[in-house]
Amino acid sequence: MRTQPPSLLSLAVDASVLHLSHFSDLSPLPDHILLDLFLKRTLRAGKLNEKILKLFLATGKEEVLSLIQTLNIQHILTPVLPTKSPKMSVVNNIEDGEIDIVIGALHSDLRPFMSAWKSIFSRYHLIIVKDPDLKDDLQIPEGLSFKIDIYTKSHIDKVVGSSTSIAFSGYSCKYFGFLVSRKKYVVSIDDDCVPAKDADSFLIDPVAQHLRNLATPATPFFFNTLYDPYRNGADFVRGYPFSLRSGVTCALSCGLWLNLADLDAPTQALKPEKRNSRYVDAVMTIPARVMMPISGINIAFNRELVGPALCPALRLTGEGKVRWETMEDIWSGMCVKVVCDHLGLGVKSGLPYVWRNDRGDAIESLKKEWEGVKLMEEVVPWFQSMVLSRTATTTEDCVAEMAKRVKEQLGGSDPGFGRAAEAMMDWVELWKKVGSGPSPV
Amino acid sequence: MAGSPATVKPTPILKDELDIVIPTIRNLDFLEMWRPFFQPYHLIIVQDGDPSKTIKVPEGFDYELYNRNDINRILGPKASCISFKDSACRCFGFMVSKKKYIYTIDDDCFVAKDPTGQQINALEQHIKNLLSPSTPHFFNTLYDPYREGADFVRGYPFSLREGVATAISHGLWMNIPDYDAPTQLVKPLERNTRYVDAVMTIPKGTLFPMCGMNLAFNRELVGPALYFGLMGDGQPIGRYDDMWAGWCVKVICDHMGWGVKTGLPYIWHSKASNPFVNLKKEYKGIFWQEEIIPFFQSVKMSKEATTVQKCYIELSKEVKEKLGKVDPYFDKLADAMVTWIEAWDELNPSSAEKPAK
Repeated sequence: MRTQPPSLLSLAVDASVLHLSHFSDLSPLPDHILLDLFLKRTLRAGKLNEKILKLFLATGKEEVLSLIQTLNIQHILTPVLPTKSPKMSVVNNIEDGEIDIVIGALHSDLRPFMSAWKSIFSRYHLIIVKDPDLKDDLQIPEGLSFKIDIYTKSHIDKVVGSSTSIAFSGYSCKYFGFLVSRKKYVVSIDDDCVPAKDADSFLIDPVAQHLRNLATPATPFFFNTLYDPYRNGADFVRGYPFSLRSGVTCALSCGLWLNLADLDAPTQALKPEKRNSRYVDAVMTIPARVMMPISGINIAFNRELVGPALCPALRLTGEGKVRWETMEDIWSGMCVKVVCDHLGLGVKSGLPYVWRNDRGDAIESLKKEWEGVKLMEEVVPWFQSMVLSRTATTTEDCVAEMAKRVKEQLGGSDPGFGRAAEAMMDWVELWKKVGSGPSPV
Repeated sequence: MAGSPATVKPTPILKDELDIVIPTIRNLDFLEMWRPFFQPYHLIIVQDGDPSKTIKVPEGFDYELYNRNDINRILGPKASCISFKDSACRCFGFMVSKKKYIYTIDDDCFVAKDPTGQQINALEQHIKNLLSPSTPHFFNTLYDPYREGADFVRGYPFSLREGVATAISHGLWMNIPDYDAPTQLVKPLERNTRYVDAVMTIPKGTLFPMCGMNLAFNRELVGPALYFGLMGDGQPIGRYDDMWAGWCVKVICDHMGWGVKTGLPYIWHSKASNPFVNLKKEYKGIFWQEEIIPFFQSVKMSKEATTVQKCYIELSKEVKEKLGKVDPYFDKLADAMVTWIEAWDELNPSSAEKPAK
């Protein structure tokens, strides 16, 4: 029995389905044909896409619109992803889940800080450690979409107890965050810093730059005059030995600061208006056996490799709540550098920049605290001459050995050094106990 | 950043204390672009290659020119230490100069522009670098603390803030980067477009690859250490002249307590040399540097090495002893290093008497 042959109209509608994307306007079509086209032909043939849906919507015909609603046909929402320039491809080797951002809260009102950093930090897990000396409650903006863990004095007391000589107050509170973090990489920025802008006025993402620094090798054994050879547009120069071109793992990335640079109190007091406005577009490896003052204001490190080496050990008698009244990071930084040199790891310095807000009074700090400046005179030559024994093969071993030497060789000249040695030894023990395994908080 | 005109001291021009040494085998047309910056200074042109060719120097420059015949005449048998058919011959210019400072530049280097579009006065920046101290004993994270707008950071010991005398100012290059032949072959199109606004001291104990294209130094301090070795014609190696000088001078500066700076100023390097030709010249160097670097990293000068010449002679003995086994070339080189010092002392006696040309 022969079936009814298709009508001319039917054939035309069928044919149009195949060429739907070429039509710009379906409104001249009579309603019933439009519906037929939509329901029976387009949908059934599986030919509905974003463009064609828009075409039907544009007709404004009520029946088509209500059909779309009833069938719950929705637009595909493309998530807005952060712009990834070719330079960011290296960062993709590090997953967001491998990173902790640790913030030491020395101010209770963190709302301006969090809003400034929201767009950059929101991808990551944040650890905020409240300075145990801070009396007021922390204020964090409402409705933040990212994951934050806040630790206060009670957490610190619970985990650390009173048995340790380490004081986690002031800037040292962030070390508690380093201790309880369980991620491979840690980025830490002071709470009086906000994102800076680069030479083209784009907001600088210091986390991405720090991760780039940590993910690419360091080259401590020979100086490259074009700075970081792994950056786009750069390479090793003529005369750079080939055997040294694979580099070593970078364990620490030290960033810099625009506006209020990390100068000491005497320097800033002498030039109170001085601000850093020079953006130096370079990252470089600090050569092996070369010491430098590592500022804790804007750093990142590979916690798995050097976590135990960042130790809150040197506390000044007049230690305060501004960087001019501390030296803990400088001491800690030299420990890390010695460890890195010994274990064959690298330390980079340079980008990224953060913008450091004006805060405090250098002259007041100078009146209160000059001890730190004096201590550096002894500390620097001592670290420069440090050679660890061959038996120190782990970071913990290195720190323990250094602690012993601090006690023996520096303990006599200033009680602060004796206390630092004890703190370092306690830190190694603490790290062994709660630095790994399930979180102690 | 930059202070107001009232607070910034103008950089002294040092017109009677600085010579500009230029090795060339082709022509000196590039000097036209440098005229506003170079005209006040005395030039020493070292003409490489065929001495019968006349190199035309643009009008208005005060210069002395030496070709191979002049070098042979002045040094006699000692002329053997000066390379032929390689820009290493420039060190002859260092030897015959009577000035305190030298700036040496290649004839394919032009004036570069900074990010604001302003022409860079490379010589002025080199002079600033040489006249301000270096800080090789402790790294300053804000780079050269003596620059306008910079300073020593927190934690930098005050006892080290005076710094030491700067012996070398090593400048960089925009456009054609100073890559070795293998890198040039892999990245023939790469250009250096990144202006890094920094000068820094290379720390003590750290070696670096010194490029002779854009280099200034205190000749009174380290002149004798800047021998550019045996390269080019008749030698198994080329394009390692400045590298050799750089390693020697860094070791000596570390021993004598002087500083080496690198970074600004930039010049514009226009000519990309043929990577295949370069590969032939550098080939041995690429292998030898694997031995040379550990040698320089571990070499120690004795307490008796109290002058640069003494250091250099000691170094030549070490080269002979330790590198001689790598290749007989190093034996020859060690001898040439001694010849160089002898020639230097002959042409630069400690008395005021200057030898006639």
